[in-house]
Amino acid sequence: MDNRLLIAKSEPLWNTNNKVIFLVGSLIILLFTLPLFGLNSFYLHLFIMIFMHAVMAQSWNVIAGFSGQISLGHGAFFGIGAYATSFFYIQYGVSPWISMPFGILISGIFAILIGIPMLRLSGHYFAIATLLIGISFQVVFQRWDLVGAASGLWVPMTSEDSWIALQFHKSKVPYYYIFLIFFIITFFIVWLLSRSKLGYRLRAVRDDPQAALSLCINVSNYKIIAYVISAMIMAPMGSLFAQYILIIDPDRVFNIEISIIVLLITVLGGIGNVWGPIIGAAILIPISEYSRIYLGGTGGAVDLIIYGLILMVICIFRPDGLISFVPKDILERKKQR
Amino acid sequence: MTSEIILQAIVTGLMMGLIYALIAAGLSLIFGLMDIVNFAHGEHLMLSMFSSFWLWSLFGIDPIFSIPITILLMAFCGIVTHYFLIRYILKAKMLIQICATFGLSIFIRSIAQLLWTPDFRNVDKPLLEGRLEIGSVFIGQPQLIASLVCLIAFIGLYLFVTKTETGLALQATAQDRHAAEILGIPSNKMFAIGWAIGLGCVGVAGGMMANYFFIFTDVGINFALFAFVAVALGGFGSIIGCLYAGIIIGLVESLGGLLIDPSFKLLYVFVIYLLVVIYRPQGLFGRY
Repeated sequence: MDNRLLIAKSEPLWNTNNKVIFLVGSLIILLFTLPLFGLNSFYLHLFIMIFMHAVMAQSWNVIAGFSGQISLGHGAFFGIGAYATSFFYIQYGVSPWISMPFGILISGIFAILIGIPMLRLSGHYFAIATLLIGISFQVVFQRWDLVGAASGLWVPMTSEDSWIALQFHKSKVPYYYIFLIFFIITFFIVWLLSRSKLGYRLRAVRDDPQAALSLCINVSNYKIIAYVISAMIMAPMGSLFAQYILIIDPDRVFNIEISIIVLLITVLGGIGNVWGPIIGAAILIPISEYSRIYLGGTGGAVDLIIYGLILMVICIFRPDGLISFVPKDILERKKQR
Repeated sequence: MTSEIILQAIVTGLMMGLIYALIAAGLSLIFGLMDIVNFAHGEHLMLSMFSSFWLWSLFGIDPIFSIPITILLMAFCGIVTHYFLIRYILKAKMLIQICATFGLSIFIRSIAQLLWTPDFRNVDKPLLEGRLEIGSVFIGQPQLIASLVCLIAFIGLYLFVTKTETGLALQATAQDRHAAEILGIPSNKMFAIGWAIGLGCVGVAGGMMANYFFIFTDVGINFALFAFVAVALGGFGSIIGCLYAGIIIGLVESLGGLLIDPSFKLLYVFVIYLLVVIYRPQGLFGRY
């Protein structure tokens, strides 16, 4: 018995199933070489959106899937990230690369400030409070003159492609690689988190707060940690999105739709599972982008109808998400003997 | 700032508060019965306003006469919701329950946007129009009638739940589903009745508001938020708590708008919500 414990302890953190390593490795190589095949800009845009939403959904997964708190206002952190880079670039000419960590920091601080009073609440109370927070951010930014109030911020365009200003006008390939790298880094971090001590404690908090408390796990502290990590993952996506479209306004970056879509992607893919958000994003984002092409404008809200329907159907028939169709032996780490 | 303006704000807040109270009562009834928060409550309110609007615009029935039809439609909608969605998620995790009703709200709202476009509509020249002048306070007639009808409906709901046999059966199911079933109260039927009544309340409020409020597909969001706050404030599952909570919210909204800045109405209500759930998590009249 002692022996097995020692083996388990000496086992490296990233020791995992060979099938998974092969699958993930080939997927990463494929994604890195994809632009070399000369994809047109629509497909590049589609992939960029998939990466972005997968990371956003992963951020939501940390707070909702791991620690079990449902945040319905996660768009707030996305907006903070977007506003941080654009504001500092317009006002002081600071490169987005420098202001992005700053946005992450602000987001984290806001998460602590919001988290301390709110994460004492649980369940429905927390969900409603976050819904209110998301909308409050939108209301405040719509009326805050310093950041352009309702008309938002227009990032001045550089005449040339520039890595310092993070603007590329000729092609979307640099954006593709930037988003891809962020996507891989985020997933690696969350994957490490999910099998670290912190990850197990968060799941203990989710599954049975009282039992966790009896094991000396400070429930509300761990919820705040999860909330902060989640907010910090969300913020850089806002920054990159702002640099990608170069116009931000409160109705776009604080929109409640952002909070909805991250929830939807995660629930569809599989909540509480690291791979869930990838599957969810890879299925939902094409639906939304294609419905916009074929139906025009914002797609006549058809994508949202489909989203709502999918969400209900998943909740009724597959509460564990699509990941539950994948056989267990692929997902679990190699057995020690 | 004179005392008349403040009095005016108090009266306006009171009238709005009674409407919030009825909307919240529907939400609270459903929550108390089966521990499910209906995140589509605002969308159901929107549907009832549209039902009132279409009955007026297609058949020329004035909103005040179409109230019974709207109530019946909404009650039917509640039963359909229960039968096709809620029935399946009764035993699911809370997270799934929230996601399911949230999905329902997205679904209803976007279908409405597709069918009716997001235009603002209003009922032109309803029977109830004009305003009364009492002392120095102006009271819009439709608003006054709407709040009175909501108050009557609220009292009716309260009497129904506390005095009639079906109401007592509802309460029994809310307290202990299995014990109630042993006593021969079919819980599934009670849930359906609960949904029908809960959305019927929304039907009354929406139908009366169609008289004077703009009708558009996103109208429900703010009302639903205030209803959530009212339910938390009054205590989840307490119906009489909703009345006080609704009035408090209406007053905070109108007085805060008058004294500080009207564009941040939502924030004042939010602050109230936070204070209540942090210092008195069971609400003012909660059972838990």
